[in-house]
Amino acid sequence: MAVQVLIPTPLQKFTNDEASVSLEASSIDALIDALDGRFPGFKARLCDENGKLRRFLNIYVNSEDIRFLDNQSTPLSPGDEVSIVPAVAGG
Amino acid sequence: MTATLACSPTTGPTFTGLRCKECGHPYEAGARHVCEDVCFGPLEVVYDYEAIKARVSRATIEAGPASIWRYRDFLPIAGDPIDVGTGFTPLLKANNLAKRLGLKSLYIKNDGVNMPTLSFKDRVVSVALTRARELGFSTVSCASTGNLANSTAAIAAHAGLECCVFIPSDLELGKVLGTLIYNPTLMAVRGNYDQVNRLCSEVANTFGWGFVNINLRPYYSEGSKTLGYEVIEQLGWQLPDHIVAPLASGSLFTKIRKGFDEFIKVGLVDEKPVRFSGAQAEGCSPIAQAFAEGRDFITPVKPNTIAKSIAIGNPADGPYAIDIANRTGGQIAAVNDAEIIDGIKLLAETEGVFTETAGGTTIAVLKKLVEAGQINPEETTVAYITGNGLKTTEAVAPAIGEPYLIDAQLESFKQAWQQAQHAH
Repeated sequence: MAVQVLIPTPLQKFTNDEASVSLEASSIDALIDALDGRFPGFKARLCDENGKLRRFLNIYVNSEDIRFLDNQSTPLSPGDEVSIVPAVAGG
Repeated sequence: MTATLACSPTTGPTFTGLRCKECGHPYEAGARHVCEDVCFGPLEVVYDYEAIKARVSRATIEAGPASIWRYRDFLPIAGDPIDVGTGFTPLLKANNLAKRLGLKSLYIKNDGVNMPTLSFKDRVVSVALTRARELGFSTVSCASTGNLANSTAAIAAHAGLECCVFIPSDLELGKVLGTLIYNPTLMAVRGNYDQVNRLCSEVANTFGWGFVNINLRPYYSEGSKTLGYEVIEQLGWQLPDHIVAPLASGSLFTKIRKGFDEFIKVGLVDEKPVRFSGAQAEGCSPIAQAFAEGRDFITPVKPNTIAKSIAIGNPADGPYAIDIANRTGGQIAAVNDAEIIDGIKLLAETEGVFTETAGGTTIAVLKKLVEAGQINPEETTVAYITGNGLKTTEAVAPAIGEPYLIDAQLESFKQAWQQAQHAH
């Protein structure tokens, strides 16, 4: 069983307009690489040149912000839901 | 689901598009809020300030309606606004509170009596829903800590727009009731505001709705600039020396600054330094914590405070608020829940203004900064009160005593009056 990834509208141009994709990955870093493998160029949009998640993007695992978990090293289990969300919203 | 219409006005008489605040990348003025082609930074409206300068003067503004729409050349709308009388709320000279705190010149900008729903959110929603209608949305939505839900539901009702709003499930009764009465669809989410906000971003991806604080955020947030314009005008076309405002996402704080800067830019007011100080509740103070530690990035927190209207643990504009406080020589401070209740009572007892917990936070931080010597008594200081106390009665109910229950007889009154003299 894979991990389900929710893709924000601005990144759906990489996923053929799919709002949700299913991938095998054991951590957030591995997931980002897997996304880039399936959708070339995806990682460069998510991360800066050092592989660090961009300041204006947040990632959630089962609704929890990865900054409350283990950031990009946060482990993933089959069936987890990962959501990529632009940070600038609300208020 | 409701899709946007194909024909959308992407410019107005005084605005030309959107631009990323971080990298400057340009976009058409549609329903979008982040720099999707480059860095995901926030998008801001691009104005033609020469056109504004040619159109406005103090006289034209003074001749306008007693609402935010007297400043419409500074707001990102293409046609006629949805005008529900929002704005131009009292700027109260707070002599009693000033005396109590040891200040010489203190003003309260009282958006607790804003129209139609008694908070500053009516300003941002009036702009956002005007733009939503222009962009062809028939359903509007928001992620809210309460006041925004009230405002979105009310103004959507007036404008004839469908409305579905999202709030955390633990909000005060007044905030829930004050939304339901307008008969929107109300989603009470099991979780805190940041979870509501994340859910709404996901909903916005798949439902073609106008979310005032997501895909309409560049327009929405501009409404807060009017809190800057009004204070300048109400001070007799002058800037104050120091402002204190509550910080939730940080957007209001940055837009008051932008309002001041724009009036300077087009020559409506003389430039002078204004210090910007921000107020947070200790139980949700990610911006104050970053400020205290000298950081320019926010570490999110999980809120735990009675000040629910400003309980945002992951504030989108936090870094910009810190930058403004630093650049202007202001402070960002936090106060605990007991101090917040004392702040609500202090403002009510000295000035006759009943504010909600966010306003209590602002007054408590004002007091704290004065006591710490961080507000000069000679400075003209404006405290922004952003919401009405009747919406959060639960917060103060245990702290304000009870009426004297008496019989309809003179003797009964006399006994109670004697007791009251001792109690006071």
